Amino acid sequence: MPDALLLLIAVAFPFAGALVAGLLPTHARNAAAWLAGGVALVGLAMVWSAYPTVSAGGVVRYSAEWMPMLGLDFSLRMDGFAWLFAGLVFGVGTLVVVYARYYMAAEDPVPRFFAFLLAFMGSMTGVVLSGNLIQLAFFWELTSLFSFLLIGYWHHTAAARDGARMALTVTATGGLCLFAGVLILGHIVGSYELDAVLAAGDRIRAHPLYLPALVLILLGALTKSAQFPFHFWLPHAMAAPTPVSAYLHSATLVKAGVFLMARLWPVLAGTEAWFWIVGSAGLATLLLGAYVAIFQHDLKGLLAYSTISHLGLITLLLGLNSELAMVAAIFHVINHATFKASLFMAAGIIDHETGTRDIRRLSGLNRFMPFTARLALIAAGAMAGVPLLNGFLSKEMFFAEALSAKEPLPVFFDVLPVAAMVASAFSVAYSLRFIHGAFFGPDPVDLPKKPHEPPAWMRFPVEILVLACIVIGILPAATVGPYLDMAARAALGSATPEYSLAVWHGFNRPLLMSMIAFAAGIGLYRLLQGHLAKGIEGPPLIRAFEGRRMFERTMVFLSWRLARTAEGLVGTRRLQPQLRLVVCVAVLAAGWTVWLRGLWPGNLAPSGIDPVLALIWALGAAFALGAAWQAKFHRLAALILLGGAGLVVCVTFVWFSAPDLALTQLLVEVVTTILLLLGLRWLPKRLDVPGARGSEAVTLGRRLRDLGIAIAAGAGMAGLSFGVMTRFPPELLAQHFLELAYSEGGGTNVVNVILVDFRGFDTMGEITVLGAVALTAYALLRRFRPAPDSVDVPEQQRDQSAFDASQPDRKEGDTAAEWLFIPSLIARLLFPLILMVALFLLLRGHDLPGGGFAAGLTVAIAMILQYMFGGTQWVEARLRVLPMRWMGIGILLAAGTGLGAWIFGRPFLTSYFAYAELPVLGKIPVASALLFDIGVFALVVGATILILIALARQSLRGHRAAAPRPAEMPAVPEPVQSGPLPTAVGDD
Amino acid sequence: MELILSLGIGVLTGSGVWLLLRPRTFQVIVGLSLLSYAVNLFIFSTGGLRTGAEPILEGGRAGNLAMHADPVPQALVLTAIVIGFATTALFLVLLLAARGLTGTDHVDGKEKSR
Repeated sequence: MPDALLLLIAVAFPFAGALVAGLLPTHARNAAAWLAGGVALVGLAMVWSAYPTVSAGGVVRYSAEWMPMLGLDFSLRMDGFAWLFAGLVFGVGTLVVVYARYYMAAEDPVPRFFAFLLAFMGSMTGVVLSGNLIQLAFFWELTSLFSFLLIGYWHHTAAARDGARMALTVTATGGLCLFAGVLILGHIVGSYELDAVLAAGDRIRAHPLYLPALVLILLGALTKSAQFPFHFWLPHAMAAPTPVSAYLHSATLVKAGVFLMARLWPVLAGTEAWFWIVGSAGLATLLLGAYVAIFQHDLKGLLAYSTISHLGLITLLLGLNSELAMVAAIFHVINHATFKASLFMAAGIIDHETGTRDIRRLSGLNRFMPFTARLALIAAGAMAGVPLLNGFLSKEMFFAEALSAKEPLPVFFDVLPVAAMVASAFSVAYSLRFIHGAFFGPDPVDLPKKPHEPPAWMRFPVEILVLACIVIGILPAATVGPYLDMAARAALGSATPEYSLAVWHGFNRPLLMSMIAFAAGIGLYRLLQGHLAKGIEGPPLIRAFEGRRMFERTMVFLSWRLARTAEGLVGTRRLQPQLRLVVCVAVLAAGWTVWLRGLWPGNLAPSGIDPVLALIWALGAAFALGAAWQAKFHRLAALILLGGAGLVVCVTFVWFSAPDLALTQLLVEVVTTILLLLGLRWLPKRLDVPGARGSEAVTLGRRLRDLGIAIAAGAGMAGLSFGVMTRFPPELLAQHFLELAYSEGGGTNVVNVILVDFRGFDTMGEITVLGAVALTAYALLRRFRPAPDSVDVPEQQRDQSAFDASQPDRKEGDTAAEWLFIPSLIARLLFPLILMVALFLLLRGHDLPGGGFAAGLTVAIAMILQYMFGGTQWVEARLRVLPMRWMGIGILLAAGTGLGAWIFGRPFLTSYFAYAELPVLGKIPVASALLFDIGVFALVVGATILILIALARQSLRGHRAAAPRPAEMPAVPEPVQSGPLPTAVGDD
Repeated sequence: MELILSLGIGVLTGSGVWLLLRPRTFQVIVGLSLLSYAVNLFIFSTGGLRTGAEPILEGGRAGNLAMHADPVPQALVLTAIVIGFATTALFLVLLLAARGLTGTDHVDGKEKSR
């Protein structure tokens, strides 16, 4: 198999497996486990088969185009260092899958667990094999995401949810910083390829942007590896199932941060900034984690803080700016992965078989599960650094480095060995506590379950890992030697130092330090036993500094208090300030553009002023201003003035060669006016309560400000219009449409041809909007509840009814019927005539002013005239309008015409036309565009009528709602007569 | 002529904006209508002001800009007029519904508290 393909399989296979596992039925735990184990083994095989190339110092590469326009490739790259981590990911992964199969309860949705685990495995492989920094950041965030899902797997418990959220918040924020840092790094180097970056170390360290890039990347790495002060998320992530902890917190997730620091070590390390940031974070974490771990009562909590501490050790080694320390760091990564994974699994076994992980309750398990006890004992020994176990070797290397480190400040020189010994003593103490607390002492009492040995296969992964601890510990050079050497050479290149992997280096200072640490650790544990037995929660001295509480306070501050304060400062729920802001921004943006581009006269000379039009516009301006003034005091007057302004606009269209627009504007004007008239009835009377208004000065100030804005907007629009009108662009799309309208569209009315043919798809969208709006209006009105003070019958109607009631020869509604007798007669007579005009407009639309929009509005006006003068019930008793059907037919016809073109193999909405000779009517165009226009027509009819009638009928509904009240007057809906309410319009 | 129409558009815009900033829903709906007149006229005017040059071809010959006004802004404005009606209707229905629910015709659904 070609090596490149092998990398692709290693990264893609876990994701594919995750997808399959996710699709398995909820209780298919065996199938899911086999699948996950198989995928992990395949990954391991891929990694192993790359060994020959990698061990020879080669680099396996795979590259495919990803975003070529940005010069980004999807590239995978495996050298010895990446090989080691990939091996850990898949190797420990395989063992964790076996363990999880026996750990997970039958009632858990196990396939989901394995789906997340595999996806996480794939993301982690992606991180270690990425040959491109952006891609690395991408996989990095994926690991955060899937670890979130894994930690929150038991999402029914609050601890899992909180722990998962905290882990995600911290690590994903770090990931964001990492991404920013990577972008800076790519900017410095000019490439995001890892090869290019690794070759540009000197350039990066000398660059002025080195420090920001370093800080951002370290923020990413330190959050991920749970380094002080970001360490607090890791203990809370222990709410995850134990296999997750064993996997994420020993070999993978938290090692990603260490991996990144080691990966970029050749380019970023070697400076004082690196030493101070990485070194001090590592040292603080090492001591703090080890100290807190002693006082944990939860087995997993103890292991969590010990993990934090060991990661601090690795980080500190990386921070020492020494190649030898770097080798020690890589070595400790391997060792920590083996003993910590096995310890987590052992803790899980104890939890699984006894039902608790609390050290205060556990005791004497050695007699119930002797085999597990011995395994845990060896692993804990490795953690404490007992000779002949792997932890001892890397610890000795650490001590040697602590003694010989070249620091910028001599003060640190003395502190470091002492700190190393103290931390080591702490680790001896907590390892003792783990073993002594759980396995020795008197028999346990009152455990939730009777303890016994776990199933053999559940112990198997622990056995493998513990075996590794022993073998590496006794024969380091023969076992792990070549791999460590390969990884170190890949990471350090020619700078790889000489080092020796041996158990016995003679009686030297590191060994002396180890012995002191052992003695101190054992002494400390004995001293503390009294305190620990009391079972007090939290470590002494620093109990108050709980990371979780600080985190929560920060979150509350950011997401609640800060947001509320910001909203209070700049936000408003009131419409007027918002609109004011919108208008002001629009005016300023337009003004700013003019300011930038400058003002100069256009290329067209303004034409002479016609006094007639000037007079019409003098009227128009008066109407507009009058409407603005009267809208508050007299709504009907404002409506009439608005109509007047509309008519002026209409005249302007006629004047300047736009007959179609004039026609449409006139018809819409009629419809809009009727619509608003119908609405007026439901608006409240103007209240002018004395004292309700604020001080005159404030009101006046507000009005003056609004007036200023309005004048600025008006003046701006006037100037803009004048500028546009006195310019003529050199080329216009219009030329094209004018030339082709007849030869290709078959119509002489170019506007109509554009609407139904050239831009037919736009029109189709527009009629759809119209239909949607009509339906929305209708739906809103179905649930309409008028305000209490608008429910009563209007005053005029009450007077009329009172008059009718007082006369013995009259009945209810006679007065209105008499008043409207002549108009209604005329309206009825006009009805067929108006419909004929509409038909005329529709048919001739393609050649002369008219068309579907105008014709549709005309029909709607004819209908609403009948409603106005004849009354709702009179009309509906005689004529059943089904607006929804009109709309449905209209949109289907329009879409069908468009689709019809497909039958002839043409694109959507291609039109066909011919002219037909009909008797009487003469030559009329028979274009498919006419069918489309009929669709438009039908929809406009339906939509307009639906809105108008639905609104008109509210008078009936309003009275019905009021009817149960003790009304002093009989309810009289609409002018003509009362009676039972027919079904609502459109309920067809 | 251009001057007259620009001033007209300016007055329509100014009146519309003034009403848009008022507190009563009816004022806002009238303001929006005035503003839509102004915008429609403005879009229409981008084709230039021509008299006696309807974009209607005679005898089925190909047309040109020397003889006919620009049909594109006209087509745009035609649909804009109809959609404008639809939005006015929607806004009216909304304001009636809001008035029914809240009992006030203030744009914020409640009278300003002082």
